[in-house]
Formats: sequence, structure tokens, C-alpha cells
Amino acid sequence: MTTTASDLPTRGVPRVYVPRDSAARSVGADEVAERIAVSAAGVEVVRTGSRGMLWLEPLVEVETAAGRVGYGPVAPEDVDGLIASGMLSGGGDSLGLVEELPWMKRQQRLTFQRVGVVDPLSTADYVAHGGTRGLLAALAMPPADVVETVVDSGLRGRGGAGFPTGIKWRTVLGAEADLKFVCCNADEGDSGTYADRMLIEGDPFTLIEGMTIAAYAVGAAEGYVYLRSEYPDAVATLKDAIERARDEGWLGPDILGSGFGFDLHVRVGAGAYICGEETSMLESLEGKRGMVRAKPPIPALEGLFGRPTVVNNVLSLATVPIILADGAAHYTAHGTGRSRGTSVFQLGGNVARGGIVETAFGITLGELVNDFGGGTSSGRPVRAVQVGGPLGAYLPVEQFDLPMDYEAFAAAGAMVGHGGIVVFDETVDMAAMARFAFEFCAAESCGKCTPCRVGAVRGVETIDRIVSGTDRAKNLVVLEDLCELMTDGSLCAMGGLTPMPVRSAVRHFGEDFHA
Amino acid sequence: MTSEVVAAAPVPVPGRAQRVREIAEELRGLRGALMPILHAVQEEFGYVDQPDVAVIADVLNLAVAEVHGVVTFYKDFRRTAAGRTTVAICQAEACRSVGAVELAEHAKRTIGCGFGETTYDGRVTLEEIYCFGNCALGPAVQVAGKLHGRVTTTRLNALLGEAR
Repeated sequence: MTTTASDLPTRGVPRVYVPRDSAARSVGADEVAERIAVSAAGVEVVRTGSRGMLWLEPLVEVETAAGRVGYGPVAPEDVDGLIASGMLSGGGDSLGLVEELPWMKRQQRLTFQRVGVVDPLSTADYVAHGGTRGLLAALAMPPADVVETVVDSGLRGRGGAGFPTGIKWRTVLGAEADLKFVCCNADEGDSGTYADRMLIEGDPFTLIEGMTIAAYAVGAAEGYVYLRSEYPDAVATLKDAIERARDEGWLGPDILGSGFGFDLHVRVGAGAYICGEETSMLESLEGKRGMVRAKPPIPALEGLFGRPTVVNNVLSLATVPIILADGAAHYTAHGTGRSRGTSVFQLGGNVARGGIVETAFGITLGELVNDFGGGTSSGRPVRAVQVGGPLGAYLPVEQFDLPMDYEAFAAAGAMVGHGGIVVFDETVDMAAMARFAFEFCAAESCGKCTPCRVGAVRGVETIDRIVSGTDRAKNLVVLEDLCELMTDGSLCAMGGLTPMPVRSAVRHFGEDFHA
Repeated sequence: MTSEVVAAAPVPVPGRAQRVREIAEELRGLRGALMPILHAVQEEFGYVDQPDVAVIADVLNLAVAEVHGVVTFYKDFRRTAAGRTTVAICQAEACRSVGAVELAEHAKRTIGCGFGETTYDGRVTLEEIYCFGNCALGPAVQVAGKLHGRVTTTRLNALLGEAR
């Protein structure tokens, strides 16, 4: 791209943006930021979240009068050359305006509107980009109206189960108790999902604002974010953001002068996948083993320490501020059928262009994998994609016309889950992946119910017999029977959904189960 | 009541029980205090020793068995000291799709120990992790707390060389 007069910086000091997101840091963003600071003294380097175009990381952006011009992927040794060719005024070998890139233009960013744009820990940046509008709107309404706004928006739990968020809040609002809690499930353990992490690292005040609105709506005084230990950057960013929010009066005894009080605390997990299950998470928050609870009672009535508790995923809570700010109708205008609004899809695994795609429900799986993802990173044909985490189905290319929609996926024996899509090329051994699903379940089962605890172990053994050719036909029947029992008899989704990847692998990739 | 991690202070080894008691007493007021206490003890000492369990149980007025049950439920809580450098390799689906299993086999051969083990000289502990949330830039490997993406065997060798 060539430089034009309109691309020249608007300010005396050039401003350069480099992500501090842990994915960007994993491929050298810190080193790039340091190099820019050294090579271009006087330049203001702002560390942001990531735009979610992860194959372009480290993605450096330079502010110009026309908008931010992108450069990526940038290695530390590229920095001096880029500066020499005019990067600091938007010139040289750039990607063009970041917001005009096809990947960005085709998205509708509501939940992720500020991620990659703002300094995640700047309260001024947050307000300048629309932050706190939702909270102010909520505080001006009676709590019940806030709940009904969320009901009307059609927002469904983004953690995977897809339960209507507003209905859950209505139950908590109606429950009588001396103390209520709002808990955010940020134990994003599913492989292929990283949107919670990116939101917390890139725009933590949105989550804080969403939790505060939830607390006001249901009458909760305390909130907890259960954040996994595998995300140390997110833990540090969120703790810092909570301190800053307290200083701004966004948390504390009298939020924004409304008289409403709410405070928020971070609790760090300890490497147990099962603690992403909501009742197990509550046990862990109480300082216990992460053993799943039987439901009923539902957490909305008897949750943390037996009190009525809102338990929502990061993305559900982080979507609440924009719903309150712009109204339910604005949100429902996006989406299809009973899947309203946008969802944050995450492309990962063997994919050429991995990253965050926030778009209305209804986009097809094939559009995501091929148009956004660009196929595999290995260059070999795509063979399978797993949607919705380790407990989601493996789907073949023949199903790429499936729309991303809770009901359409359920009808196809699959699930949208938390929106993670992991791509595999033709070298994948699907019997090995099915075996791994059982292995993982066996290792991570809390052990409370037998179908999960024992079923997972028997599943590994049965697949080994099938693959080795021992009574193959008979063992395929045993496998199906075991899957049915685990699905119907397990206490929670861990045992109940492990059969989903297994059955889908057998159904769509049966040839891999021959000796 | 916001801080889960107690700042490390120089502690004479014989004073461990006393120090664990101090940590537990400082954090006991938190709701669900046991997890933050265990994290803080591990942060300071590198692992949760069996005698620590009885001290924590005493402060929280819990049965030793209850605390023991929690310590052993969670993979993060170590029962012995780790090696000088911990190398953690993601083994979840997204990283598997780009060769994380083969990378792990290479790491085991190169380092000379398996997952959950420490080399004989105490230099390296090798761990398997299920997801750092770096699924578009796999295989993901964490070395001494720093996350690395798109790690090839060559890159892993270089990282191990720096760590040794």
C-alpha cells in the first residue's frame, strides 16, 4: 500500500499499537514492542488486546488520519526496516487499514467491539469507547426491567448450554435470601476456545460492567470470577482492572452514586477441567473438591454457599452491557430463529487463518472454516472439524453447509457449545481422537457418578479392541450401548457429552475404526 | 479481601509450619479460603507438603482428610518440589491437530523424563497441560512460565537450551 496525505498521523507523536494478548506474546509481541520503543524513540507504544487475527500476530498498528494501518506478522528484526520504509506514518509494506480488512469487515463485533482497540486497563479509553453506558442505563431502571431487557434480547448462555440468560436472572431475582451472588465461569477449559481469555485480557471492564449489571438486576452483593490457572495473564489483567474499577466507583458500596453496592473478587482454579461445570465450579469456589452436584436444586435457587446465584459464562456477561446500552431490539436484530444476537466463534487447530470471528448466528460452518479460516495451515485438505470443545461432535466436510445455530446443530447430533472450531487435516486418525475423548474423560471425571467414572475407562478399552480387530462388530455394539448409557445416565455434561465426539467419529469416519 | 497471593518473604526452612499457619490465618477470612491458601502456600514454597495439610486444617477447623482431599483433587497442587524449569506442553485437541503428540514424544526423549516427572538432576520438570487458550497458534508450550506458540521440535530444542 502506498502512503497518501490522508494517512499522515494526526498528532505530533506517532502512536503505535502492539497487542499484549498472551497469544500475541507467545509469538513475540513483547519483543516487537520493545524494539519499536528502542528504534523509534518518542513514539507512544500502546499495548492493546488482540484483534483476533491471530495468524497476523504480532500485528502492529499505526494511527493515521484515515484510521489504523496494520503490519503483520512482524518479527523484532523486521522493525527497523519497517520504520525506515515509513511505518510510523502509515507507509511502507502494510496490510492497509485494519478495519477495512475483509476478515474484520465481514464481522459484527458487539461483545468484542473494544477488544484489540483499547488499552485494556485504561478506564478513560473504556469510557471513550462506550464503556459504562450499559451500567448507567441499568441503574436508571428498576431491577426487574433490567432482567426483562435481557430476557427480551434473547441472549442465551454462551458457555455451551445455551440456556436463556434472562430467565436464569428472573429466577434469582424472585428468590428470597439475605445474600445473593453473581459468579462468572471463566474456567475456559475446552480446547479450541479462547474467547473468554481474549476478552478478559483485552477488555476486562466489559466483564466487570456486565457482572455489576447482573448483580443490580438480581439483588446480589458479591461476585466471583472463577478463572483458570492456565491463564496467568488474564488473572493479572482482571485483578488489576478490578482495582481500577473500584477507584472509579464502578465497584464498591455506592456504584456511580446510585446507592447500589457490589464488589467483585477473582478466584483462581487449579487445573481441573471439571470445574468448568457450573456446580463443580461452585464447590471449588467454596474451597472443596470440584465434585459435581445433582440438580435440582438449581444454582439460581441454591448456588454458592446455598444462596441464590447467577452463574454465567464470560461472554454472556460481557454481552450484557451492550444490550442495556443499545436496547434489546438492537441485539435481537442480529441472528436467526431462536439463536439471537451474535456469537463469538473461535477458529483453531490446523487452520491457515485462526482467530476470533464474531458474527450473527446463521453463518455456515463452511464459511467459517474456508472463507475466514482459509482451510488448513498444513495445506492438506480438511478432513474433520470439531465444534464446541472436547465434548462436541466431529463433523466431515459434507456437513459444512450447517448453519451455526443451537437448534440446527442439535438436530445434526452436534453442538455449537462455546463456539470453538478445531480443524483437522486428512492425516488425522479419528479412532485415535475418539479414544482420546474417553481418555480425557477418564482423567478429568470428578468420579461422582459411575457412567462417567467407569464408562470412560471401558470406552478406551472398547475402542482399543475395535481398532485391533478383536470382535469388531460386537464391540461396536458395546460401544454404542456404552455411549447411550453415559449420555442418559451421567450426572453432568462431562460424562453425558463425551459420547458426542465418539459417536460422531464412528458415524462419519467409520473407516478409521477398522484394524 | 482481594489478594490471593501473599508476598513471598525470606523464611527459614525450620519455620515452614509457622509460615504456613501465618498464610492460612491471613487468608482464612476469604470465602472459600482453602483454595487461595493452597495457592499461596504453593507460591511461596513451590509445593504443598503433607505437614502443611494438618496446619491448614487446624486453622480452618477442617478435618485433615478434607484438606487432603482438596489438595489431591487438583492437578496444580504439587506434593514435591518441581525442577528448576517447568516445561508444559499442551496436549489438547487443537494442538494435537498440528503435531503436539509428536512434539511431546520428542520432548520426553530429549529431556529424558515423562509427563509429571522431573529429570534426575532436578533441572527440568515436564508437564502435560490441557489448553492454554492459544489454539490458533499451536502447538503451545510454556517454559518457565512464558508461553510460546507454533513450537516446532527445533524451537523446542532452542527453548530447552536456554532453560538448561
